[in-house]
Amino acid sequence: MTALFLPAMAALVSALLALAVASAVAADANRAHLAAMGSLGICGLGVILSTGFLLTGGQADGLTIGVGLPGMPLHLVLDGLSGAFLVLLMLAGVAASAAALDDHGAYRATAPFFPAFIAGMALTLLAGDGFALLLGFEVMSIASFALVLTDHRTPEVRSAALLYIGVATVGAVCLVAALGLLSFGGDFSFAVIRAHPPEGWRATAIMVLTLIGAGSKAGLVPLHVWLPPAHAAAPGHVSALMSGAMTKIALYVLIRLMFDLCGPGQPIWWGAPLVILGAVGAVLGGLRANMEADIKTVLASSTVEHIGLIAVGLGVALAARSADLTGLAALAFGGALLHAMAHALFKSLLFLAAGATQHAAGTRRLDRLGGLIARMPKTTVMVLIGAAGLSALPPTGGFAGEWSLMQAVIAAPRIGGLGWQILMCVAAAMMALAAALAASAAVRLIGVAWLGRPRSPRAAGATDPGRPMLAALAGLAGLSIAVGLFPGAVLGLLAPAIGFATGAGPGAHAGAFMIAAQTDQPGYAAPAIAVVLGLAGAAVFFAIRRWTVAGERRAPAWDCGFGAPPAWLPFGDPATQYGGASFAQPLRRALGTSLMAAREKVDMPDPGDLRPASLTVTLADPSAAYLFAPSGRLRDRLAEYADRMQLLTIRSTLAVMFIALLVFLIAIAGLQHL
Amino acid sequence: MNAAFGFLALVLHLGLMLAAAPILIGAIRKLKARLLARTGPPIIQPWRDLAKLAQKQPVLAENASWLFSAAPAAAFAATLAAAALVPSFALGMTTAPASDLLVIGGLLALARVILALAGMDVGTAFGGIGSSREMMYASFAEPALVLVIFTLALLAGGTNLDAIAGLLVGGSQGLRVSLALALLAILALALVENGRIPIDNPATHLELTMVHEAMVLEYSGRHLALIEAAAALKLLVWLGLIAAIFAPFGIAPAGAPPVAWLIGLGAWVGKIAVLGVALSAFETSIAKMRVFRVPEFLGIAILFAMLAVVFLFVSQGFA
Repeated sequence: MTALFLPAMAALVSALLALAVASAVAADANRAHLAAMGSLGICGLGVILSTGFLLTGGQADGLTIGVGLPGMPLHLVLDGLSGAFLVLLMLAGVAASAAALDDHGAYRATAPFFPAFIAGMALTLLAGDGFALLLGFEVMSIASFALVLTDHRTPEVRSAALLYIGVATVGAVCLVAALGLLSFGGDFSFAVIRAHPPEGWRATAIMVLTLIGAGSKAGLVPLHVWLPPAHAAAPGHVSALMSGAMTKIALYVLIRLMFDLCGPGQPIWWGAPLVILGAVGAVLGGLRANMEADIKTVLASSTVEHIGLIAVGLGVALAARSADLTGLAALAFGGALLHAMAHALFKSLLFLAAGATQHAAGTRRLDRLGGLIARMPKTTVMVLIGAAGLSALPPTGGFAGEWSLMQAVIAAPRIGGLGWQILMCVAAAMMALAAALAASAAVRLIGVAWLGRPRSPRAAGATDPGRPMLAALAGLAGLSIAVGLFPGAVLGLLAPAIGFATGAGPGAHAGAFMIAAQTDQPGYAAPAIAVVLGLAGAAVFFAIRRWTVAGERRAPAWDCGFGAPPAWLPFGDPATQYGGASFAQPLRRALGTSLMAAREKVDMPDPGDLRPASLTVTLADPSAAYLFAPSGRLRDRLAEYADRMQLLTIRSTLAVMFIALLVFLIAIAGLQHL
Repeated sequence: MNAAFGFLALVLHLGLMLAAAPILIGAIRKLKARLLARTGPPIIQPWRDLAKLAQKQPVLAENASWLFSAAPAAAFAATLAAAALVPSFALGMTTAPASDLLVIGGLLALARVILALAGMDVGTAFGGIGSSREMMYASFAEPALVLVIFTLALLAGGTNLDAIAGLLVGGSQGLRVSLALALLAILALALVENGRIPIDNPATHLELTMVHEAMVLEYSGRHLALIEAAAALKLLVWLGLIAAIFAPFGIAPAGAPPVAWLIGLGAWVGKIAVLGVALSAFETSIAKMRVFRVPEFLGIAILFAMLAVVFLFVSQGFA
């Protein structure tokens, strides 16, 4: 029975690839529907299969397929770790496919890439050797690049996609190098690599290359710059899959390489880079989510924040495992997985809702939206559920995840010396700052886009999306609530993955009703908190009924006595509401000036001058300013040098080629002696 | 038997919190008035205000949504849930296993986020300015709170408030520099979270100088009653939290007979009274600060809390 899971999953991947081909050759009108419907069915099967696999214990299973490079068959492996991420991927896939059914004819051109995208991610998870992993990873990159380009007539979309594919290429090069360094005697299969873990400088090089290769895709600083524009540029259901699933697939690659293939014998400080990058990314992402003016860019920035938090958990788990603190490693790793699961659900939900809103209101800009709570009531309820998770408020899954991660960091000082302890203390402060920034960003996003009064006629005419989209939103909202109420059960489901990566036995930190930092101590009892909240709410409700006067009156807003706007300014009035830029102002001044080089320029005309006054705000992501811009300049300069080669005389050209050949041969000779 | 006592203690505790919260506000107002040589309203005036507001229908703005009407009750419920987790006169209440400090912080954050959303609902400038500033304060307050929790968890081996109070009441930890630093940090936090002077002025009539009161400017009638009751309860929760952690003496241990509760009650009233007097004296003697000085103020709180953690690392040689 258990041996059937892997062949079945492999069959699903092939079915997705076949579906991609089928929808590519299908008639124009049916294409999008076919791709979405097919993906929906296949991902639904995938959810059942992967959940079943985890519930039956997650025994590792291997399979060799005779396709691939000459003499190198593809190895597929399904174990606890890939099973856990498959559940996450397939759930996000079901929701995104259901949402894609509600396509209003806009996704037709790139529809075949949608199943290919899911297939690439699934292949990455099932890979049992370096080549299969890279193949899946690259299919995922290229398919998502094409999907980002769906609306390719807009210049911003094109530049976002170009930046994305550029960073993806850098990441791929690093991953190829990392897997090359990992390979043992030319064998790339994970089983062989695992038996011969790398040591010394090779291990360090692999770690750095993995951090760049997988980290760039996950949105880890400093290579996160591509993520907000690219995730925002893609259609809603694709952004949901990119933010909800693809970032987690990248984290899976990171876990596979750093936890599994490099072996448990690595030094404790291996955890530090992940903790540092994660904590910095969490704060930067959270802050940026408070500054952006586009609802999907806000959500994508918050993805950077949450990936940072997960990375902190992974770093603590890695260090704890090296220090032989299995229990702490399991706590940190479980927290990271739980948060990844919760994030996949609520972020997919929010991106789908953002896509629906964009279609309904014709814009994603905060300063053109508003008042959607009265016009898209069902969507708004779902968005509130998702945003509660994003803000890590109890009793949501986001809170359960961040609670476990925080507990892990609080328990982590016993891993190392004073330097590590101070790092943990600073990381805890930065995680708390990030969580609070996320809450602020959520209030800003909902307060400006969904509450208040509409700022444009299109926003005033918005309506709830069609039934497939609402079903997808409701399903994700229900799952988010379930994860929030029963985080212990989710950790139980993920136990094979936690055991695989940390060597901990099942159930160390979770009962069905309580997750705990230590087995003998009380922890976070999500159902109990929900019951307390519910009882308090019921008590307040009955107290209101019993002791206060019923009914209410409607009147113009008090607003400290400001009068209604004149009749000739029907849309001048909504502009007096607090907007996204005004809500961001306190944080922009307090943190933005130092962290994001925020500058405000007020252009005030002289008295008597009739031109309008203006306020210009500029922001720069430090990574864009200090890493991407200089490397862009370096590339230009190198291109200039390379250009000169075209003007060389024939003799110099021949000499250059000869020298190049010589260097190449010397390098090969040197490498063979190594 | 213990379970029955625990539940009885919880019911009495909640009743005490609900009854005492407006009295605390009234007492602080009275004391502040006396310090300024005014007579001041009677101590039960906040209760009278609540009773009066409860009998008035709210006036809603024309475009106010369901969220605006539901927010006061939801925020009050979240604050009440937090109050159920912070022990007053007895440890070992039914909610004790769930009284995690991070959860208490989360529940208070839930109440704050609900009210901040409601502030944005009508779409007036005052609501927005209040919400955005409230969320900025929270962004700086949260790290300090988590670092204080970090300190306590290092000392007590966990983040459960009941366990921490039970451990500290034994006095095995003695007087510690870290605890003193953490106390300074949490006092600053309590001022910020409750919108007291010098951060915010709950009594001002100039809307531009307000944060919390600007956020709830559009509320009236029974909605306003709930919001004021929630604010009073939140102040009592914070003072109770400080008392439970930093002055746990006198509190009845888990499973103690109800006679011990009376001692615990007396001790609790004394502790809250001391904190209330200190708050009144502090508020009377200091001026409100500019909005953009508050991050600096909270930065000092973060610094103190971080020093508390680092002192522990150095002194205990945690390794």
